[in-house]
Amino acid sequence: MENMVNIFLFGKKYSVPENLTIMTAMEYAGYQLVRGCGCRNGFCGACATIYRIKGERELKACLACQTKVEDNMYIATLPFFPLVKQVYDMETIKPTEAVMMQLYPEIYACVGCNACTKACTQGLNVMQYIAYAQRGDFEKCAEESFDCVMCGVCSSRCPAGISHPQVAMLARRINGKYLAPGCDHLENRVKEIKDGSFNELIEALMQKPVEELKELYNTREIEK
Amino acid sequence: MYSEKFQKSLAAVEAAREKNIALEPERMTAKQKEDLLAAYHPDYKADQFEVLKIGPNKGEKVPTELAEMLQAHSRISADSVDLSNPDYETDVLIIGGGGAGSSAAIEAHEAGADVMIVTKLRIGDANTMMAEGGIQAADKPNDSPAIHFVDAFGGGHFAAKRELLSKLVCDAPEAIQWLSNLGVEFDKDADGTMITTHGGGTSRKRMHAAKDYSGAEIMRTLRDEVLNRNIPVIDFTAAIELIMDENGNAAGAVLMNMETKELLVAKAKTVIIATGGAGRMHYQGFPTSNHYGATADGLVLGYRAGAKLLYAETLQYHPTGAAFPEQIFGALVTEKVRSLGAKLVNKNGEVFMHPLETRDVTAASVIRECSDRGNGIDTGNGFGVWLDTPMIEKIGGEGTIMKRIPAMWRMFDKYGIDIRKEPILIYPTLHYQNGGLDITPDCMTTNIKNLFVAGEAVGGIHGKNRLMGNSLLDIIVFGRSAGKSAAKAAKDTTVGELTLKHIEKFENEIKEAGIETSAVSPKLLPNYTKQNNI
Repeated sequence: MENMVNIFLFGKKYSVPENLTIMTAMEYAGYQLVRGCGCRNGFCGACATIYRIKGERELKACLACQTKVEDNMYIATLPFFPLVKQVYDMETIKPTEAVMMQLYPEIYACVGCNACTKACTQGLNVMQYIAYAQRGDFEKCAEESFDCVMCGVCSSRCPAGISHPQVAMLARRINGKYLAPGCDHLENRVKEIKDGSFNELIEALMQKPVEELKELYNTREIEK
Repeated sequence: MYSEKFQKSLAAVEAAREKNIALEPERMTAKQKEDLLAAYHPDYKADQFEVLKIGPNKGEKVPTELAEMLQAHSRISADSVDLSNPDYETDVLIIGGGGAGSSAAIEAHEAGADVMIVTKLRIGDANTMMAEGGIQAADKPNDSPAIHFVDAFGGGHFAAKRELLSKLVCDAPEAIQWLSNLGVEFDKDADGTMITTHGGGTSRKRMHAAKDYSGAEIMRTLRDEVLNRNIPVIDFTAAIELIMDENGNAAGAVLMNMETKELLVAKAKTVIIATGGAGRMHYQGFPTSNHYGATADGLVLGYRAGAKLLYAETLQYHPTGAAFPEQIFGALVTEKVRSLGAKLVNKNGEVFMHPLETRDVTAASVIRECSDRGNGIDTGNGFGVWLDTPMIEKIGGEGTIMKRIPAMWRMFDKYGIDIRKEPILIYPTLHYQNGGLDITPDCMTTNIKNLFVAGEAVGGIHGKNRLMGNSLLDIIVFGRSAGKSAAKAAKDTTVGELTLKHIEKFENEIKEAGIETSAVSPKLLPNYTKQNNI
């Protein structure tokens, strides 16, 4: 017999096997999920969840698909959080500090409580990446926020009303497009293809009998 | 931390590590691969397939679970929906909000079309988001689209439609450039050179990555761009049937609100199916690395309307799904772990194959090790073999894992396993739908006008097995192409009277073929509730 634990889904008690995640425990209890369930693997941020262990003071946040149930766990899912996403044109935006001031001025109202960092389901230093954004250091903001799954738990805990994941998204796009070094071999290859440099080679492959292609494949040289 | 029962095998793995790092395992010959696949690959298990009795692919075999969905009843009857007052009207209707659908939306919008996305979950809830390892493109001086072509054609058992594959490889560098210009952060050296690695079956290092969040980085950027363009995204709304017009062209879809079950009608000049894969069909009882909504919906929608499938009988089982702990059973362990040097090791500490054979061959080899050879490790939930991740730190230097595959570290760290110090247990997991709807290079289905397809719902790009990094590539290349083609076609299209007659016709075929089924399709979501399991 499996070991069972008691959990409380939105306050209601269920007995579930202890080896389940919060997500599979909800399904075990009979919930057919539509919201709050996406990749089931920790990448999409659909299953943000807050919980408290009975008797403890701390309110914790997690991804339901990545967290095992515990005895006396009070669980509330947060399948949607109203983040603010500003609209901008990547082609005309300038990679300067002023961008953040224009689009997400609330980041300058950060009170330094660090609740965002404590709540992050990915263990990121959220307050630090907001500090980088304030200074217009997009590269560092991008690096520090890279593993963000945009679940929105940080923003749910923020007294200044910051939409941290969207701030980081903007910083990463600016970094990727404007600040990261350009790539010569990529530019060259795109041009070569446009100029038709490979047309003959490809055309030859299109016409070759399968037996010849097999020979080509089975004897091809593999880069070490 | 692994419990006592794993320790003996772990000790063997550790003892052999130095020797195993130095070892250069031989590649299999073509004959060895063929024999291995025939004996151990799930695609070759004849009793797991069923011959279709109706529809455009009548007489061909597909997985039993897919056959049930393809030959199921519609969720609606032809006369139960009022088509005269559409709830939405648009030029291009895109079904699916993953990487292919989003790329298509951006390009259709760029071309000036009125475009709209419907998705049964949220935009970005897609296999794209979960792709970890990378995206291929032949952009290095020692590489070329022709070499890429040969790698992919051979890896796919010489079955790919060549005109689709040549488009894939020739448009690849531009796809990377397009993503870079949107702000996707690829791993680069200080001088801008892309950091690239091998994938299984590649002959050049052409795997571009964004750590091991490659798909997530691409997906969140595409999503951001869709939102910046104010393209309408109707979320939690599934397409449950295509709508045709009196001329037999695709002209919209019947939609269902996933929460309220309300039915809605979307009328469109052109339709793009970008519904993704089928891992949640759990073919042959396999666990899956796929997202929650991967239930082959697009294949069902297209098939019922008369579109042809190609290679729907071939699935990809990713060789390295997590086999332990059970909470992440079936979750993807990126191939990049092997690209960075980790080898597959059996319970005796022996490297039993070259770690970078193609996925089908590697999966079959792992299954052989865990079955007939008896060299698997009992995980308590079946068997698995070791993937010796500490090798990566020894080969690439300390810190390589945190820098290159942080998501993998995080996934196992949550369960007390530090992959820098301890190996992990893996077993094949259902990963990718090689087959799908048959298209021409402009992404239109071969037999229904104005019906376009992009992404995992397409069949034929990869043949019968796909190489790592060619799926992120195909959703971008064919997603963009579908968006452009659909926008162009919309300009010349006048939609005739809308009809759902094809549903009635299909229902008659079910009856005439004597198929008795209570199943309805598309499936939309799997059901994992306890009541369902009993």
